[in-house]
This record gives sequence, C-alpha cells and structure tokens, in this order.
Amino acid sequence: MNDKENTDEENGIRIDLMRESQLSGMGRTEKVRYIIDKVKSGCVVVLESGLSPDDHALLIEKTMSEIDQEDFTGVDIESYPDGSKDEDRGFLGRVLNRNESKTPSKNLTVIGPANRMETLHKDEKQISAILNPR
Amino acid sequence: MQNVRKKVSSLFDGFGDSEPKRIGIYGPPNSGKSTLANRICKDWTGESLGAEGPVPHETRRAKKRENVTIEHEGTEVTIDIVDTPGVATEVDDKDFVERGMDEDAAKRRSREATEGIAEAMQWLREDIDGVIYMMDSTQDPFMQVNTMLLGIIESHDMPAIVLANKVDLEESDSQRIADAFPQHVTLPVSAKEGNNMDDIYKQIANKFGD
Repeated sequence: MNDKENTDEENGIRIDLMRESQLSGMGRTEKVRYIIDKVKSGCVVVLESGLSPDDHALLIEKTMSEIDQEDFTGVDIESYPDGSKDEDRGFLGRVLNRNESKTPSKNLTVIGPANRMETLHKDEKQISAILNPR
Repeated sequence: MQNVRKKVSSLFDGFGDSEPKRIGIYGPPNSGKSTLANRICKDWTGESLGAEGPVPHETRRAKKRENVTIEHEGTEVTIDIVDTPGVATEVDDKDFVERGMDEDAAKRRSREATEGIAEAMQWLREDIDGVIYMMDSTQDPFMQVNTMLLGIIESHDMPAIVLANKVDLEESDSQRIADAFPQHVTLPVSAKEGNNMDDIYKQIANKFGD
C-alpha cells in the first residue's frame, strides 16, 4: 500500500511520527524528496529531530518547483527555536563552519500540506495546529 | 569546502581591488524589501530599483543595482544591492483572487512567485555575501520563514543586519524582534517614511565594509 492509499482522505488525515534514525541515513536530496512526497500525498510528518539549515533551503526550493495550485500549494512547517546550537558546536566547527549548515536541529518539527494545516499557536513549549480534512 | 574557500579568500580581501560585496535584502513577502531597496538606491544613486506594491509577491525576480557607494562618517563601502522576492513555503493563487485579481492573473502571479522564491534561495546559497533581513514589526517574529532563513544565514556565517520595519504603524513592536533574535543587531525602521536610515547606513558601513 502506498502513501496515497494509506491516507484516508474522506475520514481524516494521516500523521507519521518519524524517529531520527529513519532519516539519518538518507542524503539531503533523498530526505527532502521523501518528506515532500509524503506531504504531497496529504500526510502530516512529525520529525523527532529537525532539519538542518541546508535541508531547509533545499526543502523551500523543491517545494516551490512542485507547487501546482490544483492539489499542492506548498508546505506548512513549524518547529521550536533551536537553542542548543552553540553548545553543540565545537571550536573547529565554529572556525571551519562545517557542522552548522549540515547538522539537524534537535527540535521536534511538524511539516504538513499548507492547504490543510493551520498553525494556531506557537511558543517555545508548544505548537498547536488545526488540520482540515478536504 | 565552499565555506573554507570563502574564509581563505576573505583573508586576502585587503589585498588588491576586491569586488563589491553582494548584499541581499531578504525577508517574507510584504515586509518592505523593495521599499528599502528603492530608498537606498535613490539616496546613493538617485534612481530607484523596482516596483513596490501592497499585494504580496510584487517582486518575483531578483533585481540588482551594482556599485552603490554608501558613506557614513568617513567610512565608505561599495556594494551591489540585490532586492529578492519574498520567501514563503506556500503560494496559493486564491490569496491573490481574494485581493481582487482575476483567476488568470492570480495563477500567473503564483507561478512567477514560486520561481522567484526558488531563485532567491539560489542567490542566498551561491551568490550573496551579506544580508539585510527585513521583518514586518507588526507581525509575529517567530514565523517559521524567519527562523529558517536566519538559520541558513547564520549557518553560513554571513554578516547580517535585521531591520524591524513598519515602525510607523501603531501596532508595531520592534522590541519583540530584538528579543527574538538577540544574536543580531536589530534596527527599528520605516522604509516608507525613511526614518533611521542613518543608523542603517552606519551598520552597512560597519558590517559590510572591508
């Protein structure tokens, strides 16, 4: 059964909670492709560990190339502000800047189809969203 | 590797004639990027850069003005100003129809807007040396596009100035932006009214000068 079939469009919205290990073995392009495919099928993806800044950049670019105005108008993405970056970067990482852009944030991230997801409230402790069935 | 190359080349910036730095004006749609770009270009070159408008995604192609020389209290810096399309993670033509556009125009604007956003991200990834980041100070600073873009800018160690725009509006709260992003210099500004421009030019000279 594929993602499209798994998403019961009549009765609800599928939500996939994904462990860090599910995405950690993927390259950036594969990871972003995987997320966009899920979201385009109507699924809301909750990532245990967030995306890196470079992942975000690619996600925006790929999303823009996939928008078709009929079924997919983009993604809604929410995560907590990342307060752990500075402590996680070592001296060499700071100097050579080689970790920051590629290292996923430690924060829970929610990504869903923009036309079905609306963020109601967000602060450092809680993200509240409402999901609209078609 | 690209970052290492940038760092090594920056060690030699003081030698010979260096190219003007490309400074991108980034932010969400309707935060006032084109209004600021036009004001800076008018102040220092006498000509504006492009159209401004109240409907989001008025700028759908990056626009560049080369060799804009800005002087502040004896410090002079020459930069290329790049006004970029507002970055968003969704573009829905219904939003344009609700603002009075006919369906064909709305679809065309949506298509151009998506292309423009992708182009803005490519500029940020490959061609920009520093950023003026515009936020609408009447809006929530924690909107995801702000944290995403500033995260990308910080991760590439690009110099950046954050502007809390639209302080001429009653509901403006520039302090909320300064509190949200304490790692950046945040300046309250009204690009429309032109106030605090001296502070912006001072920061441009400090941040983007050699």
